[in-house]
Amino acid sequence: MATVSYERPEALLDVPFHYCPGCTHGITHRLIAECLDELQMTGQTIAVASVGCSVMAYDYFACDVVQAPHGRAPAVATGIRRARPDRFVFTYQGDGDLAAIGTAEIIHAATRGENITVFFINNAIYGMTGGQMAPTTLEGQVTQTTPWGRNPAEAGNPIKVCELLATLDGPAFIARVAVDHANQIHQVKATIKKALQCQLEERGFALVELLSTCPTNWKMSATEAMRWVHEQMRQQYPVGVFVDRLREDQNSGRGGSAGGRHLSGPSAPEAVGLTALPAGYTHKE
Amino acid sequence: MEERVLMKGNEALAEAAIRAGCRCYFGYPITPQTEIAAYMARHMPKAGGSFVQAESEVAAANMVLGAAATGTRAMTSSSSPGISLKSEALSYIAASDLPALIVNVMRAGPGLGGIQPSQGDYWQATRAAGHGDFHQLVLAPASVQEMADFAVLAFTLAFKWRMPAMILADGTLGQMMEPLYLPKRPDRTPADRTNQAAEPDWALTGTLNRRSHRIINSLVLNPAALEASVFERFARYRQVQAQEARWRYEGPEDPDVLVVCYGSVSRIYKQAIQAVNQEQGLRAGLFRPQTLWPFPAAELAAKAKHCKKILVPELSMGQFCDDVKLATAKLPKPVALACRAGGQVPTPAEALQRLKQTWACWLQDQEQEEVYYGDRQL
Ligand SMILES: Cc1ncc(C[n+]2csc(CCOP(=O)(O)OP(=O)(O)O)c2C)c(N)n1
Ligand code: SF4
Ligand SMILES: [Mg+2]
Repeated sequence: MATVSYERPEALLDVPFHYCPGCTHGITHRLIAECLDELQMTGQTIAVASVGCSVMAYDYFACDVVQAPHGRAPAVATGIRRARPDRFVFTYQGDGDLAAIGTAEIIHAATRGENITVFFINNAIYGMTGGQMAPTTLEGQVTQTTPWGRNPAEAGNPIKVCELLATLDGPAFIARVAVDHANQIHQVKATIKKALQCQLEERGFALVELLSTCPTNWKMSATEAMRWVHEQMRQQYPVGVFVDRLREDQNSGRGGSAGGRHLSGPSAPEAVGLTALPAGYTHKE
Repeated sequence: MEERVLMKGNEALAEAAIRAGCRCYFGYPITPQTEIAAYMARHMPKAGGSFVQAESEVAAANMVLGAAATGTRAMTSSSSPGISLKSEALSYIAASDLPALIVNVMRAGPGLGGIQPSQGDYWQATRAAGHGDFHQLVLAPASVQEMADFAVLAFTLAFKWRMPAMILADGTLGQMMEPLYLPKRPDRTPADRTNQAAEPDWALTGTLNRRSHRIINSLVLNPAALEASVFERFARYRQVQAQEARWRYEGPEDPDVLVVCYGSVSRIYKQAIQAVNQEQGLRAGLFRPQTLWPFPAAELAAKAKHCKKILVPELSMGQFCDDVKLATAKLPKPVALACRAGGQVPTPAEALQRLKQTWACWLQDQEQEEVYYGDRQL
């Protein structure tokens, strides 16, 4: 008898993605949706779509969604969460959105410890507008607006968002993962789940940075793009867990919720050993 | 029973907003409106709501967008330079058909300008609150009582028409104290905020797996669809214009000089008009719009029909006068403009002088349209 072992998560609607082949936005959407399903959060969640290639995320997720102005998703999420403390909120933001125009909003949402989850898609480029330099563009990386490669003397240096936010006292969970190989999927998913778990337990601000691909604007094939994340982006942006108050609380026996009300749900996945995974590439792929 | 109290304009507005069911306030300090934020910080938590001092006016207005998307009564307040920063969210709020209250306690500009009262943001409020084709309701109080009343009215109208409402006040109205009747406390408790039955059918409240998802969005990439949505919104705006214009008139049935002004400056001219009407020769009346958008154009034209001259005093450089001229263009009547700027406010004596001066001009030349820059006649 046939068994179904792989199907569309319920939190994802049956709508074709508009993303380019090899783009990791779709993979990340799916993993978020799987976690929403597993944590049974969809019905109580209000998502905030940002401005970037993922702007139409509102068509894909089965939860209620509001579309925010460029960079303002953390402020919009704050408004939702303050108006409805009984609902969950996540934002889905690109690197231009979060680390350039929305820098003030993300830092202050983080330092306030807003009870929201942020998915931060770092693809080192402005995807939607056709491949201009992002704040996260690597040194030497060629983009439409750095035609001879990013020169820090003129165009500044790449921003490390996780490291920056980890200096604050507000965040409960900050981690960086790489969506650069099939062998990363479980780790990426466990990290996404943990960031959502933070909100379930009212621990406050959680952010997951996902090193992602943009084959179209990088002018690479899908495999080349994955490999570029693995070989170039990981150098500048090491994966790992930067803040994990859930774990600290478990270790100190504190546990419980910061916001008073404890919502029951499945327990947090094991803290993931993010740097330990072996490289998945051979040079003859 | 209505409660009679003595309060500052800013505080009366804040208290009335809470009584009108406002449960989220987001703001950033700026003179001369900071009392609103201070009052909210103290009283919003007691009302079961949320107060956030945001990192900027940009963030504050976007927090309003988020809260409004859930169907919650939410507001922000600022003064002129801060309102410029709110224009981004205002455009999105209007484009997403969300109700919200934005308060502008105007100070003098442009730039950092000064902190004294002004009406220099009239064009911004009524013409260009943000990018794109949209309108917001603009209410112009002229007393502490109206600061409170219009906070209630603004929420009512914003929710009725699903559009942002701005209260356009100035430093004088924000800072002065007057006795007023506070609006009645609502019967509803703060817990009603999460009362499903009271939720509007467009609000993002979570599907609870019982309905399909709702989207609040302003991106429409298909030109035909976007045009259709703009046409639809403007059809609604026409209804607002037909139904919601509000104004006050005080004076004789057929005044010689019709003074048209709004907000705090109307209080000064009211005194001058009363003084002049006690003398012989000149009869003057005061037409005061309470809504600046929709502008009471037809009502103003009807009132202006039998006057001989119109005098428009404003704390700006003819911004408001544009609307008076548009409304009376078909009559037409000579329109004199009396400007003050920079935070300068006319004294009652100056107002009286202006009235007499413009009437003397009319006696000499019935078509003359003078402009006064303070005491200087151009
Ligand atoms: C205020 C404002 N400025 C600029 C834009 C144009 N714009 C749209 S998407 C985008 C860049 C998005 O890049 P990113 O956040 O990295 O998302 P990606 O497309 O790479 O996923 C820009 C600049 C805009 N929509 N609004
Ligand atoms: S342009 Fe880049 S980020 Fe955008 S959908 Fe295509 S591959 Fe993805
Ligand atoms: Mg990007």
